[in-house]
Amino acid sequence: MTARVLLIEDEPNITEAIRFILSRDGCEVTTLADGVGAVAAVRAVMPDLVILDLMLPGVSGLEILAELRADPATQGLPVMMLTAKGQGRDREAAERAGANHFMTKPFSNDDMRAAVRALISG
Amino acid sequence: MPFNILVLSCLAYVIFLFAVAWAAERRADRGQLGWLQSPLIYTLSLSIYCTAWTFYGAVGYAARSGLEFLTIYLGPTLVFVGWWWVLRKLVRIGRQQRVTSIADLISSRFGKSNLLGVIVTVIAVVAATPYIALQLQSVTLSFSVFASPTDDGFAPPGTEATAVWVAAGLALFTILFGTRNLDAKEQHHGIVTAIAVEAVVKLVALIAVGVFVVWFMADGPADMIARIDASDIADWNLQPGRWAGLLFAAGAAVICLPRMFQVMVVENADERHLATASWAFPLYLFAMSMFIVPIAVMGLERLPSSANPDMFVLTLPLSEGQGALAMLAFLGGFSSATSMVIVESIALATMVSNHIVMPVWLRLRPAKAVSGDVRRLVLLSRRISIGVVLGLGYAYYRMSGGSAALAAIGLIAFVGVAQFLPAMIFGIFWRGATRIGAALGMSVGFVVWAYTLFLPSFGPDAVIPAMVFVEGPFGIDWLRPRALFGVSTMDPLLHALFWSMTLNTAAFLAGSLFTFPGPVERMQGAAFVRVFDTASGSPRGWERGVAEPEDLLVMSQRIMGDDDALIFFEAEAKGQGKAGYLPDPTSDFMARLERRLAGSVGAATAHAMMSQLAGRATVTVEDLMAVASESAQIMEYSARLESQQEEVTRTARALREANEKLMQLSIQKDAFLSQISHELRTPMTSIRAFSEILTEGDLPPEQVANYGRIIHDEAKRLTRLLDDLLDLSVLENGTVQLNLGLANLSQMIDRALASASHTKPERSFVIFRDLPMENIFIRTDADRLVQVFINLISNARKYCDATAPELRISVRQRGGRVTVDFADNGSGIPKESQALIFEKFARLTDQTRAGGAGLGLAICREVMANLGGTITYLPGQGGAAFRVAVPLRLERKVD
Repeated sequence: MTARVLLIEDEPNITEAIRFILSRDGCEVTTLADGVGAVAAVRAVMPDLVILDLMLPGVSGLEILAELRADPATQGLPVMMLTAKGQGRDREAAERAGANHFMTKPFSNDDMRAAVRALISG
Repeated sequence: MPFNILVLSCLAYVIFLFAVAWAAERRADRGQLGWLQSPLIYTLSLSIYCTAWTFYGAVGYAARSGLEFLTIYLGPTLVFVGWWWVLRKLVRIGRQQRVTSIADLISSRFGKSNLLGVIVTVIAVVAATPYIALQLQSVTLSFSVFASPTDDGFAPPGTEATAVWVAAGLALFTILFGTRNLDAKEQHHGIVTAIAVEAVVKLVALIAVGVFVVWFMADGPADMIARIDASDIADWNLQPGRWAGLLFAAGAAVICLPRMFQVMVVENADERHLATASWAFPLYLFAMSMFIVPIAVMGLERLPSSANPDMFVLTLPLSEGQGALAMLAFLGGFSSATSMVIVESIALATMVSNHIVMPVWLRLRPAKAVSGDVRRLVLLSRRISIGVVLGLGYAYYRMSGGSAALAAIGLIAFVGVAQFLPAMIFGIFWRGATRIGAALGMSVGFVVWAYTLFLPSFGPDAVIPAMVFVEGPFGIDWLRPRALFGVSTMDPLLHALFWSMTLNTAAFLAGSLFTFPGPVERMQGAAFVRVFDTASGSPRGWERGVAEPEDLLVMSQRIMGDDDALIFFEAEAKGQGKAGYLPDPTSDFMARLERRLAGSVGAATAHAMMSQLAGRATVTVEDLMAVASESAQIMEYSARLESQQEEVTRTARALREANEKLMQLSIQKDAFLSQISHELRTPMTSIRAFSEILTEGDLPPEQVANYGRIIHDEAKRLTRLLDDLLDLSVLENGTVQLNLGLANLSQMIDRALASASHTKPERSFVIFRDLPMENIFIRTDADRLVQVFINLISNARKYCDATAPELRISVRQRGGRVTVDFADNGSGIPKESQALIFEKFARLTDQTRAGGAGLGLAICREVMANLGGTITYLPGQGGAAFRVAVPLRLERKVD
C-alpha cells in the first residue's frame, strides 16, 4: 500500500526536497504552502500522515495541530512537526499540542524516512 | 659651712625634685592621675605666690616697715575668700576656652586679637624680668651669706658665677619638665607636683625657724609677745592709703601674675579644687606669715645693725650655730625661688611662643615649610623662650647690681601685672568691653607704670635723667614721673599704682564706649560673660510654677504633635501622682520638656520658647542668633532630605525604566536569535536535503542540474543573510565608517535603478522621475544612500502587485533637507502592518519572497539614522510609498 502524506510547508525548496525523498520511498505526497486552508485540506485528503511546519504564513502550525486534535475525525491522525527554530520549548509546545513526532531542520534524509515509516506503520 | 657641701646639698635637693617631677609625669603618662589631681596638690601649687621675696623679703619688710608686710598676704586672702566667684569664673572660662595663658585669655576674650596677646606678653615679660632677677639675687645672696668667709680663709666664689649656675640649672629643669610635650591644655603634672613638694619644704622651713626663734631663742610665746611689744615693728603705723593700695596691688597680683594664672587656671584639673583652695590657700598664707614678726624682731634684737634684714631667716640660725636649721631655711628659700622661676618662665615662654614667635614665624616662613611638624617647632620655640626669659632675668640681675631691696622689686612687678586687671575683669563681666578699649587701657597703664615706677627704679640718671624728676620732661612740670598732674603728696608706689590704674581704667572704658565690638568679639564676649549660663550641656534651671501647664501643653502639641505631647504630659502627670494631662510645672518637668522639645526644634529654639511661656522676657540676641542658626540648619537639613528623597524617587524610576527596557531588550534578543536561527536553518535544510539526494545518485541529469541550482541559490541566500546581519550590527552599533563626499542625487538614483533591475528582471516597471529637481549635490555617504534606494526599488519590484507596475520617484528640497519619495501603484501596506515594516525580520508575506530575510527595511532605517536622516512610510498614497529624508550637507558626527 502507498501511504499518503500531506506536507504543509511554506519554503518551496524544502517542500520539493521532502516530496522527492518520500515519493522515492513510495509515498504519495500532497503539498500545501499555506497554513490558512490546512485544516480543510487535511479533512479533505485524510492522509496517513501530516507533516506540518511550525512557522507558516498566516497561521501557526501549532494552531493547526490544535484544531486537528480537537476534531474527532482528525483526532488520531499521526502528525510530524517540522521546525527551523530548534529550541527546546518549541518541541515541548508541539508535544503538548499532540504532535506524534518532532523534527528539527535541517534533518538527514534517513531520519526523515525512518520517522515517516515509523509513524505510518504506527 | 663649706661651700662645697652647700652646693652638694643643693644638687641633691634638685635631683630629688627631678625624681618627684619625673615620677609624677610617669604616673600621668600612665593615666594614673589620682592624687596628682587632688585639691591639696592644687592648693600647694598656688603657693608659688610665696617666692623668695616672701620667704626672705617679708622678714626684711617687717624689719623696715613694720606690719605693712601683712598686706602682701592679706590681699590674696581677701581675693580667695571674698572674690572666689571671680576666680571660679576665670577657671570655668579657662577650661571651656582651653586658655593657655593670661595673654591667651585676654586676646581670646577680645576676638582672638593677637595685638592684645602681644601687649600682654610684653607687659608680662617686662614686669616679670626684675622679679626673676629677684629670685636669682636671693639665691645668690643666701649662698654668699651661708658661705661667708670663715676663719680658715675660705672665700666664696663670685656671686655672678653662682647666679649663672642657678639660672642655667633652672632653665634645664624647666625645659625638661615644662616642654616635654604639647597638650591642648598646657598642663604639667611633673612640675606642679614638684612645686607642691617645694611648697611643703618652704612652709616647714619657715615654721621651723619660727619655732626655733619663739621657743628656743625667746622663752615661748609670752616672752616673744613682750619682745615684739618692745620693738618698733609693733608700732601700729597704719597709713590707710598705702595699706589700701598695697592690698589692692597684692590682690590684683594673685590673679594677674602669669605664674599664678598658670597654676590657678591653666593647671586646674577640677573646678571644685578652687573651693578647697579658697580656704586652704589663705590658711597656708597665714602659716607662712605667722612667724615673720618674731623672726624680724629677734633679728633686729640679736644681729648687728649692719646685717641685711632680708637674710634674717638664714642668719639667725647661723648666728646661733644651728647649721642644720639654717640649711633647712636655705632649702626653703631655694625652693621658693626655684618654683617661682620655673612656673614663671613656663608661663612667659608659652606666651612669648604663642603670641610672638609663632605668629612671626607663620608670617615669615617660606610657603613650602607649612607641611612640617609644627609641634616640634612650637616646642623648640618654647625652649628657646624659656632660655631667653631666664637670660633676661640674669641680665637684669647683672645690670641692677643686685643691690635693691627685695620687696621693692616685688611690688613694682605687682603694679605692673595689675595693668591686666581692668581688661580681664571687665572682659569677663561686661559684654560692652572692646578690643580697642583693652589695648588702650593696658598700653596706657603700662606706659604710666614704666614711666612712674619701673624706669625710676633704676635710679636717677640710669634711664630717666635726674632733671626730669625735678622739672619734668622738657620742663613740663605736671609730667614729673613722681608727681603726675602735680600730685606730689603720695609715695612713689602708691602714686604709680593710682595713676596707672586710673588712667588704664579710664582709657579702657573710653575705648570700649567709643568703639563697637566686631562679630567675633561679640561672640567671645558673650561666651566669656555668660560662661555659666551657656555652659555646654548643663540645663538651665526653671523656677517652679511660673508657666501655665496648659500653655506648655498647647505649645508642645504644636511642636511634638497632639498625641505625642499628650502621652508625654500624661506620663509626667502620672509621675507626679496626678491624674489627667497637666503636670505641675516643676523645674524637673520643665527641664525634661525643654530637652524633649530640643530634640525637635533645637536647644536654642526650645529654650527661647520655654522662656517666653515662663514669663522670662529675656530672649537675648544670642538666643535669637542661636535660633536662627538652628532653623537654618534644620531647613538645610530638610531641604537636603527632600532633595535626597527626590533623587531616590528619580533613581528608582530611572531604574525601573532601565529594567523594563532591559527586559524588552532581552525578549527582543531572544526573539531575534530565534529568528536568525530560523532564517539560517531554512536554507541549510534545503542544502542538506538536496546534497544528500545528489549523493545518493540515480537521478536524471536535468534533476541533478535543478537540485544543484537550488543548493547554489540557498547558499547565496545564506551568505546574503549573514552579510545583512553584519551590516545591521555595524549600523546599529554606530561603528559604521561613513565615506562622506559630494554626490549628485540624479546619478545616485540612476545607480540604484540599475542595480535593482536585477530583482525580478522579468517585470517591467514604468519609472517616473523629475530630473531637474534631482540635479542636486548632496554631501553624504553616496554608497549607503544608494543602498537604501536599491532596497526600496527592489521592494517595489518584488511586492508591487499592480498589473502595470509603476514607480514614481519625486524629489523635493526644503531648507537644508532633501526628501526623495518612492511610491508605487500597488495595493500598499496594510495599516496594521505599517508600524512593523522597519523591524527586523518583519517580512509581511512570503508568497513573493525573493530571498530576503526581512532585514532590508531595518537596514535602511539604520543607514538613514547614520546619515542623519530618516526613512518613513507615507500612508494614503495609493500604493506603497516611502520617503527618504537626508540633510543636504552632512557634517561628521561629533561624539
